[in-house]
Amino acid sequence: MSYIAKPSAHHPALPRNALGLTRRDYEGSMSTLCAGCGHDSITAAIIEACYEMDLPAHRIAKISGIGCSSKAPTYFLSRSHGFNSVHGRMPSVTTGANMANRDLVYIGVSGDGDTASIGLGQFCHAVRRKLNMTYIVMNNGCYGLTKGQFSATNDKNSPSKKGEANPFDAIDLCQMAIQLGAGFVARSFSGDKRQLLPLIQAAISYKGFAFIDVISPCVTFNNHPASTKSYEYVRMHNMASENKLDYVEPKEEITTDYDEGTSTSVELHDGSHLMLFKVGEGHDPRDSDAAIHTIRTNAAKGTIVTGLLYVNENQQDLHDVLGTDERPLNGIAMSELCPGSKALEAINARLR
Amino acid sequence: MSGINDFVIKFATVNGSGSASANTMVAKTLFRMGIPVSPKNIFPSNIQGLPTWYEVRVSEAGYVARRDGIDFMVAMNPQTYAEDLAEVVPGGWLLYDSSMPRIWPRDDITLLPIPIAQICAKQWTDARQRQLFKNMVYVGALVELLSMDMEALKGVISDQLKGKEKLMAANLQAVELGRTYAREHFSCPLSIHARPAEGAKGKIMVTGNDAGGLAAVYGGATVCAWYPITPSTSLPEAYEKYARRLRVTKEGKRLFSIVQAEDELAAIGVAIGGGWNGARSFTATSGPGISLMSEFLGLAYFAEVPVVLFNIQRGGPSTGMPTRTGQPDIISCAYASHGDTKHVLLFPSNPTEVFSMGAEAFDLAELLQTPIMVMSDLDIGMNDWMTDPFTWDDSTEQSRGKVLSAEQLEAFKTVKGKPWGRYLDIDGDAIPYRTLPGTHPSMGSFFTRGTSHDEYARYTEDGRIHQRVIDRIRRKFDTAATVVPKPEIDIRDKGCKTAIIYFGATRPAALEALDELERAGVRINAMRLKAFPFSEDVKAFCDAHDHIFVLEQNRDAQMRSLLITEADIPATKLIPMLSYDGMPTTAAFVRKAVLAHLHPEKAAAAE
Ligand SMILES: Cc1ncc(C[n+]2csc(CCOP(=O)(O)OP(=O)(O)O)c2C)c(N)n1
Ligand code: SF4
Ligand SMILES: [Mg+2]
Repeated sequence: MSYIAKPSAHHPALPRNALGLTRRDYEGSMSTLCAGCGHDSITAAIIEACYEMDLPAHRIAKISGIGCSSKAPTYFLSRSHGFNSVHGRMPSVTTGANMANRDLVYIGVSGDGDTASIGLGQFCHAVRRKLNMTYIVMNNGCYGLTKGQFSATNDKNSPSKKGEANPFDAIDLCQMAIQLGAGFVARSFSGDKRQLLPLIQAAISYKGFAFIDVISPCVTFNNHPASTKSYEYVRMHNMASENKLDYVEPKEEITTDYDEGTSTSVELHDGSHLMLFKVGEGHDPRDSDAAIHTIRTNAAKGTIVTGLLYVNENQQDLHDVLGTDERPLNGIAMSELCPGSKALEAINARLR
Repeated sequence: MSGINDFVIKFATVNGSGSASANTMVAKTLFRMGIPVSPKNIFPSNIQGLPTWYEVRVSEAGYVARRDGIDFMVAMNPQTYAEDLAEVVPGGWLLYDSSMPRIWPRDDITLLPIPIAQICAKQWTDARQRQLFKNMVYVGALVELLSMDMEALKGVISDQLKGKEKLMAANLQAVELGRTYAREHFSCPLSIHARPAEGAKGKIMVTGNDAGGLAAVYGGATVCAWYPITPSTSLPEAYEKYARRLRVTKEGKRLFSIVQAEDELAAIGVAIGGGWNGARSFTATSGPGISLMSEFLGLAYFAEVPVVLFNIQRGGPSTGMPTRTGQPDIISCAYASHGDTKHVLLFPSNPTEVFSMGAEAFDLAELLQTPIMVMSDLDIGMNDWMTDPFTWDDSTEQSRGKVLSAEQLEAFKTVKGKPWGRYLDIDGDAIPYRTLPGTHPSMGSFFTRGTSHDEYARYTEDGRIHQRVIDRIRRKFDTAATVVPKPEIDIRDKGCKTAIIYFGATRPAALEALDELERAGVRINAMRLKAFPFSEDVKAFCDAHDHIFVLEQNRDAQMRSLLITEADIPATKLIPMLSYDGMPTTAAFVRKAVLAHLHPEKAAAAE
């Protein structure tokens, strides 16, 4: 049995958010991942993000594929409905769920195997459909759950635990997402909660396809120092595209200590803002060509650029494209959906 | 046997030449004269340039199965002249374009040469018009030869030209040229011809895929995802067509959503996501798509997610015969996916039933919380059928099944005496209660998964729990057997121990064969299956008979296998009757197979 419930008693002194809920109310069951697995840190950041944003957990749907990463939704938001689907197919399930009810927040969790190999097609097509969701890849460069085989995001020449170099080029999911028209694309590191947290919050607030590729070391199979997905390597080679990120809630006022010259404010659909503070000259996150250029030139130098890489503040989402009603389709009464016998008589008449 | 209002006319043409709409006009005109017709389109998997045929059987008696023995051939395709000539029955007719001289090596049929190309070349200068109106010239000739009603034809042409009214005059002109030529050169009408009748009165003419799309609208589907594949494509297209007409608010907002997916895996994934989230949701596909959807179907079965799938079957294996019909997916659908998986199948036998069963499928999916597959095929799906009009009872309330609202969740324990658990069998019918995302701030959330789970949807590796859960899901199948459509039983002779079982598109052939046999003094009983799992009546019928033909359109007698394994019918009494050449089954095939078994001497005599 690997289901481990957490004790549900709360310490009375735990802080509460605007909904009167504690962080514990946003947790899930006990993680069964390896101690130190990067995925658990991402789980913690998701819990923190939802708590801080005062999101009603039951209005969130968490959907995943198969893998250690795809198990993670069990470990956060136990008050949300979750769907652990089949390997590589989280995007299609989320698409259907979103079509059925546009009012929920959709958090999709996937792995690099789940997304960049078996599910690459579904990933691409969810991006091009501009599905309103937050898509998080917990990227460890390997297949954790099937014991450490290389995945398609593992960098060329990055060695396996046994020392064999990966002979194939890596797929860079952020570059793909930008190319395919994702409106919000970020990369982060499970070990950098200060950066990850505001990115998750902004991604959730963003209306449209928000993608975060989070490098998330697999301590069991891919954390040897030479691996480019290890804690050590990423700490040494991480270049944040901004030295600080702040997520500013819609109700909060943007305080004045943001310096015009070095900061950019990205407005999100619910009125919240993501403040970016640039290191050096940085790149303009609204310029997709520049974003791809920054990723590529740094990758060539062995540097990983993290932070918000690209954003398009005026993206339409799938429902805008489909022209669906504002009401969730799953809530419309059958009486309104069924045209009835009179209309059918007219149809019969045309077929005579 | 052919005669007035009883003949088969076949058009041999080239696809992409515009002949399809002309040929449809002939069938529709006869239909509007009140004569039962059944057109069958025999087309290649190709867009332009390959042979295509269109057969129309005319039967005042109302027999709408395909019939062998072509009385009248319209031979417009030089590529297939030889085989088309060979198909005409002795004493039949062959109409051809005599602009180029041609010798037909048969003297037992009547040739009807018309210099169609020359007539058109004289009349029109534009090459495209010359080509297109050729078709209307032969339609005009048929008006005289078969004594078709000109007013009815005009109505049909004007319906087809909706939006392109300025083409009406030229079309009618081409028809007139054909009529004049026929009147002047042949003695019209022929001995086989049409005469106004009553049999088609009150009926409609429609394809099963059109009916299926409409069924999804009436069944309340709001989420559709699909991937193009012959012969299913026109079903989701019909859904969209009807939904755009019937499901748009005053503000112009759509009360439906449809996505053309990147493949069938995604199509079924979207449909399952929608079903999980409380929308009535569906996809449509054919054999190759079923193979791709299998993994997901197992998930929906095990996680108990409602979803509807229309399978418009075609000839297999593999890519097989994309443009020919068959019933070869019975087993692959009944057991789609690995592990112990079983699915509910419905077998409509014509477009009217595709509509009624298609709409019912959405009720059943939510009632049983499982995938429901509507097993149509190319013949039903893509051919026009003369069939009963669609009906809808406005007073029936469509049930959404056991879905709990926030209030019901709160009251659950008080009302049911037990706390709620997603996979608990509270009512003894093996159907648990589900909750939808977003319902209640602190109750009813659970994790849907394809991994083994206990009654509270929690992950488990405990084999006893796993067994308990899959046993309960199997029991749900017993409930399913009591709610799916009952078989149609036709007892022609109470004491008779011989019977035939059939289902789906072979119904017209079976009924016609039963009548013919009865006229020849051979009375046997019949049962038409409408669903899997089999209800009690299926078993009782089989128990009451000793020799049972099982008519199906596949090589491996798949339905027979299901009857043996799932209804425990002794294999020895189930006699396979198989037709799987991709063509709709004929009554003659059924009759001969019955006779060959029961009365070999009569069968030989009938040859
Ligand atoms: C159709 C199918 N093929 C193979 C598997 C086996 N499998 C389970 S998880 C996995 C790889 C997971 O890798 P990733 O998505 O990177 O997740 P991680 O475990 O690394 O977090 C594979 C191949 C499966 N579950 N389903
Ligand atoms: S195997 Fe790797 S990815 Fe899986 S839980 Fe362990 S550390 Fe995490
Ligand atoms: Mg991985």
